[in-house]
Amino acid sequence: MLFNAPFIAVVLLIIIGLYCVVFRRNLIKIVIGITIIESGVNLFLITLGYREGGVAPIYTGAPSDVIANTPSSMVLPVPQALTLTSIVIGVAVLALMLSLVIHIYKHYGSLDVRKLRRLKE
Amino acid sequence: MNDIVSLSIVHAPALIVAFPLLTAFLIPLISKLGDTIRAGFIVVMLGITSFFVGILAWDVFSHGQRLYIFGDTTLVIPVIRILFHVDSMSIFMVVISTILAGVVMMYSFGFMKREDGLDKYYTLLFLLITSIFGMELTGDLFNFFVFLEISCISSAALIAFWVHRAEAFEAAFKYIVLSSIGALFFLFAIGLLYGQYDALNMATLASALSYTYLDKIALVLFVGALALKAGLAPMHMWLPDAYGESPPSVTVMMMGATMACVYGVLRICFTVYGSVFTTLAPAPSIGIGWFIVGLGLLTIFFGVFMAFRQRDIMRLIAFTAVGEIGYIFTGVGVRLASATIDAGNKISYPSYSVVSLQGSVFHIFNDILDVGLLFLVAGAIYYVTKKRVLDDLHGLAHSMKFTTIFFIIGLWAVSGMPPLNGFASKLLLYESTYQLNPIIGVIQILCSILILAVFVKVFYAVFMGPKPDDIVEIQELPYSMLLAMGFFAGMIIFIGLFPEFFLETIVQPATNALLNPAQYITTVMGGV
Repeated sequence: MLFNAPFIAVVLLIIIGLYCVVFRRNLIKIVIGITIIESGVNLFLITLGYREGGVAPIYTGAPSDVIANTPSSMVLPVPQALTLTSIVIGVAVLALMLSLVIHIYKHYGSLDVRKLRRLKE
Repeated sequence: MNDIVSLSIVHAPALIVAFPLLTAFLIPLISKLGDTIRAGFIVVMLGITSFFVGILAWDVFSHGQRLYIFGDTTLVIPVIRILFHVDSMSIFMVVISTILAGVVMMYSFGFMKREDGLDKYYTLLFLLITSIFGMELTGDLFNFFVFLEISCISSAALIAFWVHRAEAFEAAFKYIVLSSIGALFFLFAIGLLYGQYDALNMATLASALSYTYLDKIALVLFVGALALKAGLAPMHMWLPDAYGESPPSVTVMMMGATMACVYGVLRICFTVYGSVFTTLAPAPSIGIGWFIVGLGLLTIFFGVFMAFRQRDIMRLIAFTAVGEIGYIFTGVGVRLASATIDAGNKISYPSYSVVSLQGSVFHIFNDILDVGLLFLVAGAIYYVTKKRVLDDLHGLAHSMKFTTIFFIIGLWAVSGMPPLNGFASKLLLYESTYQLNPIIGVIQILCSILILAVFVKVFYAVFMGPKPDDIVEIQELPYSMLLAMGFFAGMIIFIGLFPEFFLETIVQPATNALLNPAQYITTVMGGV
């Protein structure tokens, strides 16, 4: 049960984020919802990469008995690399979304999605 | 000399992605030197990229698949390196995207001439081209996700390029919200597969996949996220807004990104899950196939009927583009749904299912040409008149003769009339989907006729009628715009007259590459 706790957190974060995107009407809150989903997915990747008793795969930094006896307990750092990439991409998307929100506020004078109806046809 | 050629073929997959990326980041600097130099630079860089595409295409079509391994020359199993994996299907898409990029650049030289901020425009456009090439060449799922996000960011910024229009920001925000959520679920699905099989490489995953419960969830998330980016109903809502509000040159390039997502769906369904769908006893593809067929038909319906209601010419064409996406997905769905299980629990596919997949793959190309030409024509109309609502336009045929001819070619092709290219691929779809269930074929034909009706209405509204008196003298279109439209029109006629040639030289190898997941796997795993 304890080991499943991060996965439960992942599901909760994604559901909270989706709720935020679907039911909130403020554009900023929609953006926050997307970042919450993103945190959930990143947490999922990090949790997948966790190995009990694992050591960071840095030869100069690992304890010497690990290098000598059990080099296989060094973890493959792919999930961490994926998470870093995904965080960087997330920041770029977040910045672009917020700049779009600023321009929308300039044009419409409101952040309410119900007022953004010029494209409704 | 031979060494240089073989060396450039070996490194072509990486260079095809690298050159547009380099161009994107050099353009802000080059722009300081003036517009003409920038245009020359763009032409040269695109020329180099198309040279690499050309030799890679020649190599792949004559010698089979090609791998490019980043950071090493040999592969170790398990594959943890990033791979570019080029087979006939990927190179088919890359060739289409190259043609598209060339035409869009040519059109932009004329169309965007009067705009400000062109250095940013071309930078973003080249980033979009990079992401399209990357998605089509990569053999790694996470790499695909990265390029998906690059395409999402650059297209969202390009949709909002006309900053004076509030609608453009509305469309861009809608697009970036939906596509970033889609991409995040794509990443979640990658995590589901990585957690089980410790691999991100498509070929390794395809060989290891055992279709557990988590794999089913991952399949749904993959197809759902990519179908959202491709504009399948009921997730198509962003597409008409984004296509209608962005400058038409951007729209045509974004169609390339959309088609790269369609390519992603094909890759997932036929390569990663391909061996599961062809060998596993209860034939899981039947249910999925019918689901995709249903959504595809819904997309055709939505696209065509909403197109009737539109008064803005660009939104109208955008809804037709939605409908055309439906045709592609119906063909894919028919292939998946037509699986039959015989007494010995062996799965076999009837021969018409291959035809329907060929129709889909061929229609990717034809859709880009037909709808792309119509968007370019709509852009030309906007360039001259600065109007986009059908009620305000009339009598343009008096002064814009070439544009009128191009529009007729486009409407003829998009509604699947012989002898143009739309007919060639749609006939393949009609004759194959009809055999799975007659209703699918009937709906497809009916909606094609309705598309014709929509565009005949547009033709009468825009080009017929009295000469517009508020525009005293309509200026000529720039030659680059005419040339871009003429190139698309020429391709449409050429493919329409010689469909067999295209079918046999590029479409059939591409389809065979999709239908042969085993070959894709052995190229990476080396027969392990």
